[in-house]
Amino acid sequence: MIQFKVNGVEQSFGGEPEMPLLWYLRDVLGLTGSKFGCGVGLCGACTVHVNGQATRSCVTAMREAAGKEVTTIEGLDKNGLHPVQKSWMQINVPQCGYCQVGQIMQAAALLNRKKKPTDHEIDEAMSGNICRCGTYQRIRAAIKAAAGEMT
Amino acid sequence: MSQIDNVSRRRFLTGGIIAAGTLVLGVRYYHKLSSGDKLPHDTNADHATLHPSVYLGIDPDGTVWIVASRSEMGTTSRTTLPLIVADELDADWKRVKIEQALGDSRYGDQNTDGSHSIRSFYDAMREAGATARFMLVQTAAKQWGVPASECETDLHVVVHRSTNRKAGYGELASAAAKLPVPKREELKLKPKSAWRYVGKGQVSYDLQALVTGKAIYGMDARMDGMVYASVEHPPVLGGKVKSYDDKEALKVAGVRQTVPIDPFQQAPAFQPLGGIAVIADSTWAAFQGRKKLNIAWDNGPNETYNSDAYKNELRATSHNPCKVVRNIGDADAVFAKGGKAYEADYYVPLLAHASMEPMVALAEFRDGKATLWAPTQNPQAVQDIVSKELGISKEDVICHVTLLGGGFGRKSKPDYVAEAAVLSKKTGRPVKVVWTREDDIKFDYYNAVASMYLKAALGTNGKPTAWLQRSVFPPIPSIFDVNAVYGDPAHLQQGWTDIPYDLPNLRIENGPAKAHVRIGWLRSVANIYHAFGIQCFTDELAHAAGRDPLDYLLDLIGHPRTIDFKGVEYPNYGASMDAYPWETGRLRHVTELVAEKSGWGKRKHGKGTGLGIAAHKSFLSYVATVVEVEVNDHGEVRIPRVDTVLDAGLVVNPEATRAQFEGAAVFGTSIVRSGEITATKGVIDQSNFQDYPVARMNEVPSQTNVYIVDSDAPPAGVGEPGVPPFVAAFCNAIFAATGKRVRDLPISKLGLS
Repeated sequence: MIQFKVNGVEQSFGGEPEMPLLWYLRDVLGLTGSKFGCGVGLCGACTVHVNGQATRSCVTAMREAAGKEVTTIEGLDKNGLHPVQKSWMQINVPQCGYCQVGQIMQAAALLNRKKKPTDHEIDEAMSGNICRCGTYQRIRAAIKAAAGEMT
Repeated sequence: MSQIDNVSRRRFLTGGIIAAGTLVLGVRYYHKLSSGDKLPHDTNADHATLHPSVYLGIDPDGTVWIVASRSEMGTTSRTTLPLIVADELDADWKRVKIEQALGDSRYGDQNTDGSHSIRSFYDAMREAGATARFMLVQTAAKQWGVPASECETDLHVVVHRSTNRKAGYGELASAAAKLPVPKREELKLKPKSAWRYVGKGQVSYDLQALVTGKAIYGMDARMDGMVYASVEHPPVLGGKVKSYDDKEALKVAGVRQTVPIDPFQQAPAFQPLGGIAVIADSTWAAFQGRKKLNIAWDNGPNETYNSDAYKNELRATSHNPCKVVRNIGDADAVFAKGGKAYEADYYVPLLAHASMEPMVALAEFRDGKATLWAPTQNPQAVQDIVSKELGISKEDVICHVTLLGGGFGRKSKPDYVAEAAVLSKKTGRPVKVVWTREDDIKFDYYNAVASMYLKAALGTNGKPTAWLQRSVFPPIPSIFDVNAVYGDPAHLQQGWTDIPYDLPNLRIENGPAKAHVRIGWLRSVANIYHAFGIQCFTDELAHAAGRDPLDYLLDLIGHPRTIDFKGVEYPNYGASMDAYPWETGRLRHVTELVAEKSGWGKRKHGKGTGLGIAAHKSFLSYVATVVEVEVNDHGEVRIPRVDTVLDAGLVVNPEATRAQFEGAAVFGTSIVRSGEITATKGVIDQSNFQDYPVARMNEVPSQTNVYIVDSDAPPAGVGEPGVPPFVAAFCNAIFAATGKRVRDLPISKLGLS
């Protein structure tokens, strides 16, 4: 039995330990905010925090989650008003929105470790997250706006 | 009571739309439902107290229900169309609730592609709002015993200024519902000076849901008792299962059964591809079970398809005379005189859509009815194909439209939805079909591969005295008719037959190409390769003539005039030539403006840097773009800045429009840098983002500046027109920076990255 926490709530899982965390979150817990985009860790749509680190849940086996704290978009802020979420709305970032949950989780993790990231640092941190609609310019602006907010 | 109206004023065949021989009819107004009446596909608007239009209802508490009848895939049409209704109604946007329509022909056309949602429905939305406003004003006037002409509306209220009376829309709704619905001629639309929202815009109605993970996409649809399916499709288009062994698949924990799906009957259209489905208790179990299937395939005739050889065939075809689709003067006679001629070949490979949400659909077949939840651009096409596949009537197909995790044209083709419906019928349970990214890349309806040959004879000032252009590409109609090999007018018009240059001798040709994969609409469609060919050839000629590319481009566009398409089959994207003439002056204007905004000719460029320009009209919008690139000694290409100017007529939602053009630069970046689908023995070589890369943050323009021309012309498209000029301008900038000509996309072939 794998024991761990999702958004602060204790969970235990007795199924296939190789199943990726993403499918547990989506199909078992019904937390559908984290998205399936590529299944191989190339697009970032499935990004969650595991012990505070941005992690691709589609390539993270359930056994790797044992004893860890997982945070999904549903648990990022109880009112949905994390500074990154607020700046995403201010800058009007999303188009289709499908990748944005992953982008937001990636950006929130970046700002947790780097209060004022440079353009280069933003590019480095965010280049694993694909947005096919092409909202990158606004993502960059929203990260900077949130960085201002968080200090 | 019922008034049938051609709501969409749509056309026979357009850029992104399936051939249909009939006008698209929608019931604009119909009688109020009496209690107990229930339409199969009803909405809260249908049941609201005041309900003068299929798109609108008002309840006594003042809630205004507006129906979004077209799909939301990121263009904000789900917000922008209702905004037009709200403006004409003078409604408080905060009291508006938007509901997504089911697939239903009473809304008119629902196929959300071809960049025409605003263009085709602007009038219908205004009329819906104006109708309700008219009835509310009449009601208040009657209650107050004053002439209606003395009453006006303010935010969500009717007012009579001289007696200082006002009444809210909610309190008037019940009495207003008793009035007859006015005729269109009785309506008085608001003057531009009174517009509240149109031209100012509004953020997405779903914005908060989008940033909190609460937005529901097709991938997120769930229902009790559903099972998950993953389908192993024939690796070659038209292939069939010879035999299969599912013993190992059935041993995977969570796998319930396997189900064969019949191969399609030619032509493929939107039928399921066929193959073997694995049905399981979770998505992951279905994926795992599928890997254990052992299938022997009969690949069929497309097994001989190799994209390298095919490219050579297209090119060879383009080097010989083809079918003439437009002619002015006698280009051949000029070429025959000898003298300086210039020629070049251009090539764009197959392109995949790669929307972030792979194909997915949930279906339940029960009691002779199919209910679907799908991220579809085209719910009425879902009704058509599911009714055919299941042998039920179209009315018994209920298609709920979820948000779409990107569409770009792929999700106007509902093969994946039909697959879910077929599997639900076969298993007797609700089934959610989930495609992997690999399925998405390998089983797409690709944007056509195209080879183009251009030739020009140059006169004394370098201006062409004769111009010949041939394009060869497998046409989209091939998915409906396997014998279709020539470009159809709806796609030849896309930047090819409508070359805007003032040329004395012009011949435009198109050659045949047989399709070996499914070809389909992708954002901007044929405009991508046509604009690439023409706008890059123009740049080449400018340099050959020793002229500045901007001056040369303006010289070719010539003086402002309306293009005469006499003798050319030119559908004009389904719009009338009267309302939407092809005005070269507008193309000239955006070109001059983008030169000014980008500082063309005024900025200094060091080694490895340069600007490129291109101008192109598509989906009835005029766009010009300047791209700046920097290329270092390792061949690494950066895009510091993009300036783009658009004239799309009236722009309802400027902020959303700017976002579309920012996104178009990114979409175009993917095409130029790495967009290429190839095939070996009929099997697509690419599978996921490692071999079909799309642009990431570190590869896209650092800054895209979008300028919207203020215009009172009727609204035109904004979702697609940004891509074609960007692609060409980017390639022209690479030449300016490096001296390397880009004639074959993507640029990775040139050793650039």
